[in-house]
Amino acid sequence: MEHIRMPKVENVRLLDRLSSRRAVVGTLYLTATHVIFVENGSETRKETWVLHSQISSIEKQATTATGCPLLIRCKNFQVIQLVIPQERDCHDVYISLIRLARPVKYEELYCFSFNPKLDKEEREQGWKLVDLNEEYNRMGVPNNYWQISDVNRDYGVCDSYPTEVYVPKSATAHIIVGSSKFRSRRRFPALSYYCKGNNASICRSSQPLSGFSARCLEDEQMLQAIRKANPGSDFIYVVDTRPKLNAMANRAAGKGYENEDNYSNIKFQFIGIENIHVMRNSLQKMLEVCELKSPSMSDFLWGLENSGWLKHIKAIMDAGIFIAKAVAEEGVSVLVHCSDGWDRTAQVCSVASLLLDPYYRTVKGFMVLIEKDWVSFGHKFNHRYGNLDGDPKEISPVIDQFIECVWQLMEQFPCAFEFNERFLIHIQHHIYSCQFGNFLCNSQKERRELKIKERTYSLWAHLWKNRADYLNPLYRSDHSQTQGTLHPQIAPCNFLYKFWSGMYNRFEKGLHPRQSVTDYLMAVKEETQQLEEELEVLQERLANLQKSQSGNNKVKSKQQDRSKQFGLYTSNNSLANTPQEYSNDLKSFPSRSPSQGDEDSALILTQDNLKSSDPDLSGNSDQESGVEDLSCRSPSGGGCLPSEDSGKDSDEAVFLAG
Amino acid sequence: MEFAELIKTPRADNVVLHRPFHSAVEGTLCLTGHHLIFSSRRQDNAEELWLLHSNIDSIEKRFVGSLGTIVIKCKDLRIIQLDIPGMEECLNIASSIEVLSTLDSVTLMYPFFYRPMFEVLEDGWSSFLLEQEFDLLSSVTNEWRLSCVNKDFSVCPSYPPVVIVPKSIDDEALRKVALFRYGGRFPVLSYYHKKNGMAMMRSSQPLTGTNGRRCKEDEKLINATLRSGRRGFVIDTRPLAVAQQARAKGGGFEQEVHYPQWRRIHKYIERFNILQESFIKLVEACNDQSHNMDRWLSKLEASNWLTHIKELLTAACLAAQCIDREGASVLVHGSEGTDSTLQVTSLAQIILDPRCRTIHGFEALVVREWLQAGHPFQQRCAQSAYSNSKQKWEAPVFLLFLECVWQIHRQFPCSFEFNEQFLILLFEHAYASQFGTFLGNNENERAKLKLPQKTMSLWSWVNRPDELSRFQNPLYEANSLVIWPSVAPQSLQLWEGVFLRWNRPSKFLEEAEEERINIIRYNKELQAKVNALRRQLAEMEADEEAQEE
Repeated sequence: MEHIRMPKVENVRLLDRLSSRRAVVGTLYLTATHVIFVENGSETRKETWVLHSQISSIEKQATTATGCPLLIRCKNFQVIQLVIPQERDCHDVYISLIRLARPVKYEELYCFSFNPKLDKEEREQGWKLVDLNEEYNRMGVPNNYWQISDVNRDYGVCDSYPTEVYVPKSATAHIIVGSSKFRSRRRFPALSYYCKGNNASICRSSQPLSGFSARCLEDEQMLQAIRKANPGSDFIYVVDTRPKLNAMANRAAGKGYENEDNYSNIKFQFIGIENIHVMRNSLQKMLEVCELKSPSMSDFLWGLENSGWLKHIKAIMDAGIFIAKAVAEEGVSVLVHCSDGWDRTAQVCSVASLLLDPYYRTVKGFMVLIEKDWVSFGHKFNHRYGNLDGDPKEISPVIDQFIECVWQLMEQFPCAFEFNERFLIHIQHHIYSCQFGNFLCNSQKERRELKIKERTYSLWAHLWKNRADYLNPLYRSDHSQTQGTLHPQIAPCNFLYKFWSGMYNRFEKGLHPRQSVTDYLMAVKEETQQLEEELEVLQERLANLQKSQSGNNKVKSKQQDRSKQFGLYTSNNSLANTPQEYSNDLKSFPSRSPSQGDEDSALILTQDNLKSSDPDLSGNSDQESGVEDLSCRSPSGGGCLPSEDSGKDSDEAVFLAG
Repeated sequence: MEFAELIKTPRADNVVLHRPFHSAVEGTLCLTGHHLIFSSRRQDNAEELWLLHSNIDSIEKRFVGSLGTIVIKCKDLRIIQLDIPGMEECLNIASSIEVLSTLDSVTLMYPFFYRPMFEVLEDGWSSFLLEQEFDLLSSVTNEWRLSCVNKDFSVCPSYPPVVIVPKSIDDEALRKVALFRYGGRFPVLSYYHKKNGMAMMRSSQPLTGTNGRRCKEDEKLINATLRSGRRGFVIDTRPLAVAQQARAKGGGFEQEVHYPQWRRIHKYIERFNILQESFIKLVEACNDQSHNMDRWLSKLEASNWLTHIKELLTAACLAAQCIDREGASVLVHGSEGTDSTLQVTSLAQIILDPRCRTIHGFEALVVREWLQAGHPFQQRCAQSAYSNSKQKWEAPVFLLFLECVWQIHRQFPCSFEFNEQFLILLFEHAYASQFGTFLGNNENERAKLKLPQKTMSLWSWVNRPDELSRFQNPLYEANSLVIWPSVAPQSLQLWEGVFLRWNRPSKFLEEAEEERINIIRYNKELQAKVNALRRQLAEMEADEEAQEE
């Protein structure tokens, strides 16, 4: 609290990004955890809530006649533009936010104060929802080839690895320790995914410390052991996910990559994925394109191309596809690494797992996947997502890219995933929100020291509780797309990778489809379920009636309920057809003046709008801004014509110029 | 002319057909007067490919030894390859295809030979008469009338025999106005917005010339659509500079002095060869086999296709906004009034009028605003994206319109009665068809060709219940509201259903569509069952109560 210089500022204007005219006036509050903007206005008092941990940058812009503008960019891609009347107030808000957005201790993060009013037992249950032991058992290990190793039980070998790792049975502690000494940050090869069907596996590690000529017998034995754990194959692939040039440069620093001559029976392969710095810049460039006020098609496409973002997404996918193919089709085990083995390696292993195993395409399985490949293997969440104030060069959208890969796959395989786009968006949100303890810190070791499970709640339990919101209506566990390995098209396929506006322009509802097919179909399915139940009841009644042939009118009351339920999805959908503001090029068209019709109050049901069940997101007030975006003058019946707008002439000049 | 003379080799065996995403098939190739027919010899899974010669956009041939290869690029953008053993056979077949796919005479086209195998329930040639449209209009307003001034096509050769005009304007005035508008295309009613009584009219450019010629009747005609004291908007689909230059050639635009109640807005929409080039470049980009993401995006950008889509949608939204939000009447025109004008007026109706989002309503819109309005289909659709010839009349004007509809459809997936396949069907048939609907350039030509007597209408076929069911959108729920699409680049996508149709795997997407249909169908079945049971129970219970009493 000591960081809040200015808890409340009145007469602040919240600008609409697309149209400066559509500003709303309200009061800005700074709390220990949130920035809150409450709109003035008698009835609704819409609220916009932003968690401090979501703030990625705050920019104070040059003071104008109307006040001092403050631009807040969020990690979940929300952009908030405020104008504060007094320069001094603005400065205080700015200074306060700078500090609040960059906590220095974990204890300052929201998860330590967030209280969803669950008792201790419920919290513990929540943490047990995703259990990696169970997951490895599901995969089929331990077995004749793989065993759990306790060599890292006190994080003695590798402090960024979990205590329990699976290694080939023939890999002795001596081999593991020896190998770990020959790998960056001692991240020795360990099992990421085991394919029950053919014994092929995906292992992960960091780069070897090979320099130009160094060798390590134990490391060579380790790779040998991985190969032996797959008796059907006489070699393994070693996939280095870095561009070759980067890997070679590392040799000069005593690191590098495996020399095929030193390791028996490996096939070495580079799959160039760029490093975190390139990715950070790429996202930055793409977000600049997303933020353009009214870009032309060329501006947009050129900017998208120039950012290189989709190229990077495709590189990650290509690596995942290569590995999945090696495992599923060739039955060959793969060892994956990059430099430290916690960014690109995590991306690629998880994409490959997702392609290989339908389980990871379920709601529960996806949580398990993130827990397995990201959380347990020491992906540095704190550094990459800037939860605590740290080196900005450590920040990079590594898991964001993985999440996007999943979305790209969902677009190509619409029936293959049990979850929907909203699930991905909410996970992305919570990776940055620090509302739940799952993604805190940089390793399991740190999390245990911080007693995360005792002091915070698990996101997975929260999402699981609301899983009905995250289901893909097209998913059927008996559908062919949900069986076996997914085979994305390889070439030509550039055109299959698309810009994800649902994520990167997430808060600009006006850009998204106005009717959500997912929500519509979910509503239909829900109604179908009710119908099935009713049908059963009716059939029973009919049977009873026919049997008894005498009066039994008890069940009669049930009849009335149906009519209400019938309206369920039809009304849902007609709301979605509410006229909306048609903006951008015509943003200053003199049309959004008086005469608000009744339909305006209708809220368009798309995406997150519905999700009041999610405390943070409702707090974040998507739906409020959604209403604001979409409220516009609507048809007000036959004779009532809107009055002339005073600003008309200047507005028309816009068309003429355009 | 006998087709047989053009076919030196009517049949070739051991031909191998290659298509993307299909394994090669060996079979027999036959040429008929109108079709290229390939049938596989596999007994288990006999496969036939029937390709209309008129669907063939270009053909390439090459030889390796005596094995000839013909690459056929179709107007529907598909590319197939045929390996034909024997150089002579291959050359003969190639030259026959070349001739047969570029026949000059309309009356030699397949629609004149096609004999339908289905029973005609309703003759599509008379399904969409302007008179019916006028009846609907008359029930809400009496400010308009049907005029037969063009009954023999003498006033405007590209207009239909009947048009709807303001009631206060007589035929004599119309004749004068026709002389003042390019090609005789005087302003006629395109759409009447029932909600507020505003009208959208369309015409061609006025022939003001350099000395600012005026026509009192023209002014009177368009002013007749205005409410007293209110202004209207002229949406000119040319940039101001082009409109000004047009004066030198006798054309021009409505000048403020003579049309004080009208506000002119120039909303530029590209024309002819620019569009055709864009189309060619886009299809090239989509067929690019390279693995390079940057190259794909830059080619997509360089094609400018999506820019045209965005501009067109923006112009249509503007027209719709003027009508619905500003409560103003609108006159739309470009130069000739047969291309960009129709794109804007028809898209504005999609946005404004729920009826145009039904299957029948959309068909009516295509008939009214494209066929009857004199969009020169035969010229525009003579060649598609693989054309080599640089004829200036070809342009994907209608395809752009269809794609804009698709873009709106994507944003409002529950508001259209038809599905994407319906739009693709219209695209295909506009370029090559067994039906006569899209032949000719206007109603005048169609009448001379006696198309209604000699050919079958697309609508006769497509409106049969069996066919229609394939084009229904399972998610459709009538939506009486105006639907405003977003035109931001983030909201517009490449129309994969057309441009990537032949080079992406469609299986998974088709399965998804099937799943959507099943979900809805099952729900409806259950509803029906539950309702029937409820009725039955109610009756039984009523009977019992009656017995008890």
